Amino acid sequence: MKLYWLPAYEVKQKILSQELKAEEVTQEIVERIRMVEDKVNAFITVCEDEALKKAKEVDKKIVKGEKVGVLAGIPIAVKDNISTKNIRTTCGSKILENYIPPFNATVIEKILAEDAVIIGKTNMDEFAMGTTTETSYFGPTKNPWDLTRVPGGSSGGSAAALAAGEAFLALGSDTGGSIRCPACFCGVVGLKPTYGLVSRYGLIAYANTFEQIGPMARTTFDCALLLTVIAGWDWRDSTSVETPQKSYVEVLDGELKGLKVGIPREMVGEGVEEKVVKAVYDYVFRLEEFGVKWEEFSLPILNYALPAYYLIAMSEASSNLARFDGVRYGYRFPSDGNLDWNDVFSKSRRDGFGAEVKRRIILGTYALSAGYYGKFFLKSLKTITLIKKDFEEAFKRFDVLIGPTMPILPFKLKEKIDNPLALYLCDIDTVPANLTGVPAISFPCGFSNGLPIGVQVMAPPFREDLTLKIAYKSEKILGFDRFKPNL
Amino acid sequence: MGEKEKHISRSQVEHLAWLARLELTEEEKELYTQQLNEILEYFNRLSEIDTSNVPPTYHVIGKVNVFREDEVQPSLKTEEALKNAPRKRNGFFEAPKIL
Amino acid sequence: MSLDLKVKIGLEVHCQLTSLKSKLFCGCSSNYRGKPPNTCVCPVCLGLPGAMPVVNRKAVEMALLIALALNCKIAKTTFFARKNYFYPDLPKNFQISQYDLEGGEPLASNGYVTFTVNKTRKTVRIRRIHLEEDPGKLVHPGGIGVSPYTLVDYNRSGIALVEIVTEPDFESPVEARSFLQKLRSILEHLGVFDGSLEGAMRCDANVSVEGGGRIEIKNISSFKDVERALSYEIIRQKDLIKKGVKFGMETRHWDETKRVTVTLRTKEEEQDYRYFVEPDLCPIVIGDELIEKLKKEMPELPDARKERFIREYGLPEYNAEVLVGERALADFFEECVKIYGKPKPIANWLMGDFLQCLHSLDVSVSQCKVKPEHLADMLMLIDKGDISIKIAKKVLWEMMKTGKTASVVVEEKGWRRITDEKFLLEVIGKVFQENSKAVKDALVDGKAIHYLVGKVMEITKGMADPELTNKLIREKLAELKND
Repeated sequence: MKLYWLPAYEVKQKILSQELKAEEVTQEIVERIRMVEDKVNAFITVCEDEALKKAKEVDKKIVKGEKVGVLAGIPIAVKDNISTKNIRTTCGSKILENYIPPFNATVIEKILAEDAVIIGKTNMDEFAMGTTTETSYFGPTKNPWDLTRVPGGSSGGSAAALAAGEAFLALGSDTGGSIRCPACFCGVVGLKPTYGLVSRYGLIAYANTFEQIGPMARTTFDCALLLTVIAGWDWRDSTSVETPQKSYVEVLDGELKGLKVGIPREMVGEGVEEKVVKAVYDYVFRLEEFGVKWEEFSLPILNYALPAYYLIAMSEASSNLARFDGVRYGYRFPSDGNLDWNDVFSKSRRDGFGAEVKRRIILGTYALSAGYYGKFFLKSLKTITLIKKDFEEAFKRFDVLIGPTMPILPFKLKEKIDNPLALYLCDIDTVPANLTGVPAISFPCGFSNGLPIGVQVMAPPFREDLTLKIAYKSEKILGFDRFKPNL
Repeated sequence: MGEKEKHISRSQVEHLAWLARLELTEEEKELYTQQLNEILEYFNRLSEIDTSNVPPTYHVIGKVNVFREDEVQPSLKTEEALKNAPRKRNGFFEAPKIL
Repeated sequence: MSLDLKVKIGLEVHCQLTSLKSKLFCGCSSNYRGKPPNTCVCPVCLGLPGAMPVVNRKAVEMALLIALALNCKIAKTTFFARKNYFYPDLPKNFQISQYDLEGGEPLASNGYVTFTVNKTRKTVRIRRIHLEEDPGKLVHPGGIGVSPYTLVDYNRSGIALVEIVTEPDFESPVEARSFLQKLRSILEHLGVFDGSLEGAMRCDANVSVEGGGRIEIKNISSFKDVERALSYEIIRQKDLIKKGVKFGMETRHWDETKRVTVTLRTKEEEQDYRYFVEPDLCPIVIGDELIEKLKKEMPELPDARKERFIREYGLPEYNAEVLVGERALADFFEECVKIYGKPKPIANWLMGDFLQCLHSLDVSVSQCKVKPEHLADMLMLIDKGDISIKIAKKVLWEMMKTGKTASVVVEEKGWRRITDEKFLLEVIGKVFQENSKAVKDALVDGKAIHYLVGKVMEITKGMADPELTNKLIREKLAELKND
């Protein structure tokens, strides 16, 4: 097997044993990117020089016998909404095309401290607003399994980079499914951690209440490894909490016997493609062979999850994105004293933001404005209370909840881009985990005509260990981690 | 108000765009009015649920009283602070004129 | 038509917590005054994407201390909220502030402050108190209407502000001003605030004259301007009412150079701030233990200090009131009493020439070069008879300007009172020789002696001890009579 398809963990062992140099590994990835990037467009920025420099430093440490971190020499792709010091961070937007953060996000500090090699910044829907990575100012990313199809979004670049062998690990962010959706469409593993488990400091906010940075990888083991590195309390993020697990790798092994699984009917009901439903049930039937008990049940409140999610997310976005006015950073409409600040701000934002971002800003402004706050914004916050309550009840009956990640298979580029509501409806099964803050993992559970299908496992807050354990065992049972796309 | 403007009118879209400092073209105003009405029609299903006596959830995890101590930490160097500014002058950021 | 229309005034006061070391939501120094632009800034207070605020514990405690001192009801749970509006001084184009939202209240509400105006006591209700961040500072080279661009300095951005909102209980501009002075003194006594720092206390006012609309005035930055802006606005409104001109709610801007208010926006253009709970900050739950702890730490406040000054130092009520009106002045007084021991003359000097000097030099008590020990030194020179009261006034003025001690000033200027009889007799002898007519007059008319005393003073540049001079001249005249 080609080096670039190996699991991160194996590559790290080879680097530590000096069978491979970190520099060679990075070089291999740089070449792979050169080979496939024209087709995939997974990256906005490739950091070849910085990556090779870091890899050489790791090699030096190893030769000298110094202690190295758990991600020593592993090339990792980072979503372009995570701030990287001295590396351009665009959020997939024209407005930040030339923005170079003067500081690192906490997760970046953490992966660098573990000697990871940042290979590049990955493509994404503009400001993480999208389900297809088509709203990026830098052009769409293509699905490595079928280049005419979308990779999912908004962390489409991170998922596609993994699926195309352009990185061993990736960081994504998930506000309403942005890690799980592309993980599902690209046939990789992606985990949205419990709200608060991973510091958001340095993550360019779309909707603060829901989003988390999370690990993405081709194997569950690698995913657990990366989660172990990034999890934990950070004083800079007041909403972060201490991790209950020292290592998510050590808790992967174990039997699933006696596990109680709930399948909410609303997640497999109306609007969910037949092939997806079948793949999810086939998977659950396989689990049954390993002593897992499952039961369908109804969670009617889920019918309201999507509007509640979008109303709050758009409202927060309208406020978060107000700062892009072209004074301190970002695109500024050229003018020489002839226009006042209102005009310059309005024109800079007109030219700097794409259509979907503008749509969400206007809707969010509406939902917060006098006369509509109660009807839309506050109502959504109250709906969350109800959804949370029903989830708590559900987790008294079941250890985990299982359903499809995406209700449909990866669709064609441009197929839905002109129909915003149709795209929003794709998030129907992913937003509940964001509304309730619970951890949720997506991993492949089947293929249809060469396209991956993903299943989603949700667990009670801070039970990432449980979701990873199930994914790990499932991977062993199903073996889909061995499938690679032809590029 | 036509069916097309059931939830939000074109003039409301204009006002919201002003509040958000977003200049819109005539076509955009037209398109957004239509699309936002479709979207709001779907979102409006929230009105079906009874949330009387339901408190809002502002934070999904219930942390309270998170503070830092009153200690001074290093600031950015001025050149770093100004590095990304499209326009700067004598250590200041240059913003457009007020009047 | 009578112009005796009722006036209602309410204030929104913004006070920087100048005693904090760091800003409200980040670790940048809050000591930004006099620093080059954009040197006290970081990702948080510059509003860089991805940066997150973290609440300064001490800021919350200081705000609670203020709330307790202003007799407020403290919230059980309080949130931070975003106030959304665009303006070039706001790094995020929203301000993190506080607001009434379901499930949480502002930090404190329903308090009151009692103060003295024209020797009568007045109580004003406090509607609410909350914490918020200060915006950056805009500079318009050449003036706001002229400059083709605006310069922005974010050093002030993120400084902790406490906003104190009163009910519309003031009936005149002077009441508003007296309240602000009292408020300043309270905040200074709490040790959270130094009112002598420029821009540390700013306020907006709302005024309504019977028969008119509620007008809001923004951008008032000094006590004097509060009175000026309000007086201007009341006259303007009364005039409109007299002319029968109808006017509605509106926001106006106080132009401190032209000393007029100008329209900023009418009711139709009012902002829609779209408040919502700040999702990056957790709620603050204020427990009884914290309140008890703060109550125990509560320092002596101006009212109590005034009573103590009357009781302990025997000061008249008015003097005590003036002294505690400014913490630095009251502290100065007490320091001086420790050294010099006689409270009454100290109080008189402070309230008279001392404040007058400060005023004309436009400096604050703490900036002033004269320290308590210097004033005590001067008072002792008076007691010893080294200087007269009249000279002492000149000495104090010199001390203020130069920072020299009284003894040094007296020596350098040759202002020590001449009590040397031998020397004075020589001078008197000379005066008698040169003014034989006046001497003759004085022998006949006792009142004419003043002319001779005046001549002695002229020669000694006023330094001759007047009583002694008088005595010696009379003795000399008596000798001449006897001859």
